[in-house]
Amino acid sequence: MDKILRIDMGADGGPKITETPLGDYAGLGGRAMTTTVVSREVPPLCHPLSAENKLVIAPGLLSGTIAAMSGRLSVGCKSPLTGGIKESNSGGQAAQVLARLGYAAIILEGKPKTDDIYKILIDKNGVKIVIDNSLKMLPNYDLVTKIRSEFGDKIACMSIGPAGEMMMNIASIACTDMELRPTRHAGRGGVGAVMGSKRVKAIVLDDSGMPMRTPKDPVKFKAANKVFTEGLLKHPVTGQALPAYGTNVLTNILNEAGGYPTNNFKEGRFAGAAKISGEAQAELEVKRGGLATHGCHRGCVIRCSGIYNDKDGHFLSKQPEYETVWSHGGHCGIDDLDSIAMLDFLDDNYGVDTIEMGVTIGVAMDAGLAKFGDAEAAINLVKEVGKGSPLGRILGSGAGVTGRVYGVERVPVVKNQAMPAYDPRAVKGIGVTYATSTMGADHTAGYCIATNILKVGGFVDPLKPEGQIELSRNLQIATAAIDSTGMCLFIAFAILDQPETFQALLDLLNSFYGLSLTGDSVVELGKKVLSTERDFNTRAGFTAMHDRLPRYFSTEPVAPHNVTFGVKDEDLDKVFAW
Amino acid sequence: MQITIKLFAMLKNGRFDSAQRECPDNTTIQDILNGLAIPVSEAAIIFVNGRHANPEDDLHHADTVSIFPPIGGG
Repeated sequence: MDKILRIDMGADGGPKITETPLGDYAGLGGRAMTTTVVSREVPPLCHPLSAENKLVIAPGLLSGTIAAMSGRLSVGCKSPLTGGIKESNSGGQAAQVLARLGYAAIILEGKPKTDDIYKILIDKNGVKIVIDNSLKMLPNYDLVTKIRSEFGDKIACMSIGPAGEMMMNIASIACTDMELRPTRHAGRGGVGAVMGSKRVKAIVLDDSGMPMRTPKDPVKFKAANKVFTEGLLKHPVTGQALPAYGTNVLTNILNEAGGYPTNNFKEGRFAGAAKISGEAQAELEVKRGGLATHGCHRGCVIRCSGIYNDKDGHFLSKQPEYETVWSHGGHCGIDDLDSIAMLDFLDDNYGVDTIEMGVTIGVAMDAGLAKFGDAEAAINLVKEVGKGSPLGRILGSGAGVTGRVYGVERVPVVKNQAMPAYDPRAVKGIGVTYATSTMGADHTAGYCIATNILKVGGFVDPLKPEGQIELSRNLQIATAAIDSTGMCLFIAFAILDQPETFQALLDLLNSFYGLSLTGDSVVELGKKVLSTERDFNTRAGFTAMHDRLPRYFSTEPVAPHNVTFGVKDEDLDKVFAW
Repeated sequence: MQITIKLFAMLKNGRFDSAQRECPDNTTIQDILNGLAIPVSEAAIIFVNGRHANPEDDLHHADTVSIFPPIGGG
């Protein structure tokens, strides 16, 4: 991972490939890499779909090694959805393979002058870029089937679906999983639209013949990985609950806590929650011959994913994640897992963010385009997005635009990005993260659910404003650092509770790179990433007023606890005051 | 007094999803856990009427107690 691949898609005579040493970007990985490159090289006032924007794809510092959980990929750019900086994070095989091919980043620059679309092949022999218009408007599953017939099974593929080609604000970039299914997505913020603007349909990665990355101190590295893995396996969340039930185990607990946004954030409890819970989902998956436990990339020991088969036992989609089950489920009043799995498949196939898509449908339901609970109508609305009809184009622009077009007063977005599956009035810590994150409303940016609801890393009462600013600040800092390592964020459950597992993470980094990082170094890294992102957003025109929830969260209480958000504006402005 | 008890994830295995129990006054959550043979370490997250509670807390008529093992997701 000692070089950067730049591809100028707008060069005269066709795409121009340049490989450079890391230079100023040495020592950076994942989010730290994407954020630093975007901040230095992308004019903050540029149009996100213009030639001036860049798409930066970076494996984490530990990706491509034997370290468990190290397969997360960061994709950065100026976001067409938020207008601010974006780091969208994905599982799947891409990060491991890209790292083994030796690249710390791929940077797509410029913009072609024609409508041709391109595929990029990267293997041990180098980089090839070819025009392939036979791929135009192929959905992700069909695309990967075609790519597989050409390049075989020993590849990883990153791709955009029709939504990306149409440069929709909610377009994702799909990454294939271990079975070469396009199921893991850099979903948030419209990164797929930026890839579409560069006219790149697919990036095929083949690491055949490339060795595993070698640590500076292999003995210490191996020992650290053993302690790290044991820590993950012994923690009840990462060792038991996540493998058994997947992320959707959260449905019941958020519902019990009264923080499960229902029918477009009108209530905090959903009558159909048990029917779409992780417990029900896992039972159904096993009954139908699917899998309730499945890893999204090689080296994952938590294996929180699964395989969801239809009633005839045929693959329908990967196990829909909690956020997806919520956005298409409770948020839309839908309590049928088969319909939700179909929506998940359509989202993956067209290449859209499942959170933004589901929230948009709920907003459209509020506008009267369909009735809450009408699963068939929801499926038809997503199909409009795939077709690119005028209605589909509106929905494909996200919840914010859809709300404006249809005159909806209550639209749950921050910085124009849709809120995930936790009501910020009943879980106030996550509300602080939604409001202040550099990414727009994003639960992963500072996952206060851990401490507000799950009692991981201590406990801060979710219904009281006290302590939420500090909690969100600390988690946003820690997350920015973890996102730079290539580690799955779910390691946080174990490292927050078990000091020896956190130390093992430091030991992995130190023994691989010959460093002497401490906990303080990690905090400094996180702060640096966040400060760089805040600076970009400021230069892009963001002010303190953008670090606010929509007003109705402060004026309209949500049942069952009948609470409003209640965190003061002046306190929100202190989140990044360190 | 009447109490509704709800169990989730692994805790419902071999027990139940939801049940109503008649309990004497001054019953605590710990009493409920004891009656169900659930060790405190496995009852990581407890809600009474949707608010976090602790094993030593008293219960009142018509309360709903929801008990979860350590879980996480996101």
